[in-house]
Amino acid sequence: MITYIGRRFLWIIPVLFTVSIITFFLMHAVPGGPWDREKHLPKGTQDRLNAQYGLDQPLYIQYINWAGAFVQGDFGPSYRYQDRRVNDIVADGFWVTFQLGVMAFILSVAVGIPLGIFAALGHNRGPDYLATSVSIIGIATPVFVLAILMIVFFSVNLGWFPTGGWKGPQYWVLPTIALAGFSIAIIARYTRASMLEVTRKDFIRTAQSKGLRNQAVVTRHMIRNALIPVVTILGPTLAFLVTGSFIIERIFGILGIGQFYITSISTRDYSLLMAMTMLYAFAVAFLNVVVDVLYAYIDPRIRYS
Amino acid sequence: MATNTTAVQAKVAKPVAAPGPWREAFGRLIRNKLAIVGLILVILLLFCGIFGPFIAPWPYQVQDLAAVQANGNRPLPPLSPNHILGTDQLGRDLLSRLLDGARISITVAFVVQAVIIFIGVPVGALAGWFGGRTDNALMRLTDVIYAFPDILFIILLSVAFRDTVVGQSLDGLLLVFIAIGLVGWVTVARLTRGQMLALKETEFVEAARAIGVSDRKIVTRHLLPNGMGPIIVAITLGIPVAILAEATLAYIGIGVQPPRASWGSLISEGQKFIRSEPHLVVFPAVFIALALIGFTFLGDGLRDALDPKLKGKQ
Repeated sequence: MITYIGRRFLWIIPVLFTVSIITFFLMHAVPGGPWDREKHLPKGTQDRLNAQYGLDQPLYIQYINWAGAFVQGDFGPSYRYQDRRVNDIVADGFWVTFQLGVMAFILSVAVGIPLGIFAALGHNRGPDYLATSVSIIGIATPVFVLAILMIVFFSVNLGWFPTGGWKGPQYWVLPTIALAGFSIAIIARYTRASMLEVTRKDFIRTAQSKGLRNQAVVTRHMIRNALIPVVTILGPTLAFLVTGSFIIERIFGILGIGQFYITSISTRDYSLLMAMTMLYAFAVAFLNVVVDVLYAYIDPRIRYS
Repeated sequence: MATNTTAVQAKVAKPVAAPGPWREAFGRLIRNKLAIVGLILVILLLFCGIFGPFIAPWPYQVQDLAAVQANGNRPLPPLSPNHILGTDQLGRDLLSRLLDGARISITVAFVVQAVIIFIGVPVGALAGWFGGRTDNALMRLTDVIYAFPDILFIILLSVAFRDTVVGQSLDGLLLVFIAIGLVGWVTVARLTRGQMLALKETEFVEAARAIGVSDRKIVTRHLLPNGMGPIIVAITLGIPVAILAEATLAYIGIGVQPPRASWGSLISEGQKFIRSEPHLVVFPAVFIALALIGFTFLGDGLRDALDPKLKGKQ
């Protein structure tokens, strides 16, 4: 088990390495450079800037320079915000994005799982239809539509919450719900299906026929077993919430790092883009490994070689 | 095992398309109410996409400026004369633009899935069939693609190749389709591999191998057709994901170029008028929702129909 965990975590390194190479060369294939601004810079100035930042060197040298600094924790200078290091930009926005992602994740789990259980226990009756309707709405409404509609209803018409910003708990409500909507639906669907699957298992019939109280059958046998497969989608869900928040940040004017997602590409801010890519790729790869390990840990039937 | 080799050979060499399981599956599909709802929505969407330009009251880019000016330079509300769903601020007929958006969405659905099948199935089949080193190399490749931040990669590709021939095709859409496909094939590849691994050990494959059927034929004639069910389901359920991805990108201004508009860009344009003219956001949102629901229900229905063992598992 320890070797397995170690191997899985070590495997993240070559994955990140490959991701960095692909992104780096793809990004430099994009026409234009970081100095293409509204105000055109004279050729001499551009050359001097290129030389100063090492952008005049062959690509592979640039890559080695970048990778060398990156390994030591230096993400490089930002080309767009010239007085700032990428490390500072990322550090400033990271916690906001992280907080938003984690809150949306907690909300998705706290609502999605009970909703799925509730639906399965009332299979083909009222609760099922209610829960299924909620999950259909969640699946059919893109994040940006949900966000716009919530702003119109709850901020503009009812005035309950601010329309944007990130200054305190009342600012957190709408963005978190908007971001979590889709994941709530997915988790509820998954939990419901898994519960229904377990309901038909022999050990449930055994538990019932030995006279166990219904409540005990549900909590000790059904839910515990039904949640095992649900764990597999939690990793991708968390990754989706952390990386997918940029559109929410944009709509609600939240100053996280998600906003740099698109601007770093359009302004050719190479080092910022690399930092964003690596951060997200690490989050996705890491969470996947955590979930796989967790899965092996909570379900002893799964044996890894 | 049959003792008569020629009989086995006759059976294997001439695989008759077995109508049995497929017809049974179809029977299960049409008994499933939600799947029928999905099927109807998908057929409607296909109809709008294919015949949209012919049934649309206006060409999507034509501006009825006179009507807008008569309305004090504001978008026309729904149920206006000549514009049943109203217009945007430039006087372009909303229904016509939505129908053109349907065309974009069904193109997304099919082109993206074509890219996914084209990459995912061969990669999965090769990995599953050859195993060992090939399998390892290909599966590690899928790990890398899986770790890529999807949206970032799609945006990067869309910007990087914007000015190439591909970037200019289909009003800027082809590139977005390919980019979405390039990050989306991993699931299908893993699924195909799993099917290959499971089927490789079955007796009918062993029998085929025993009578000297070539590797390629075993894969294409026996393994792929038999493992098709889950792949079809995954592809159907991948369609709403692709439609959603395209709408999201269009919403942030990537992909389709004006004057064409996908449902996502319509929402982004209409957002400015959300308080006074909510229909500009609501109608595109309803179209997106119906398309997503249609393909999701159909996919769920197909899964239940093609694999009765999985019934109820969503």
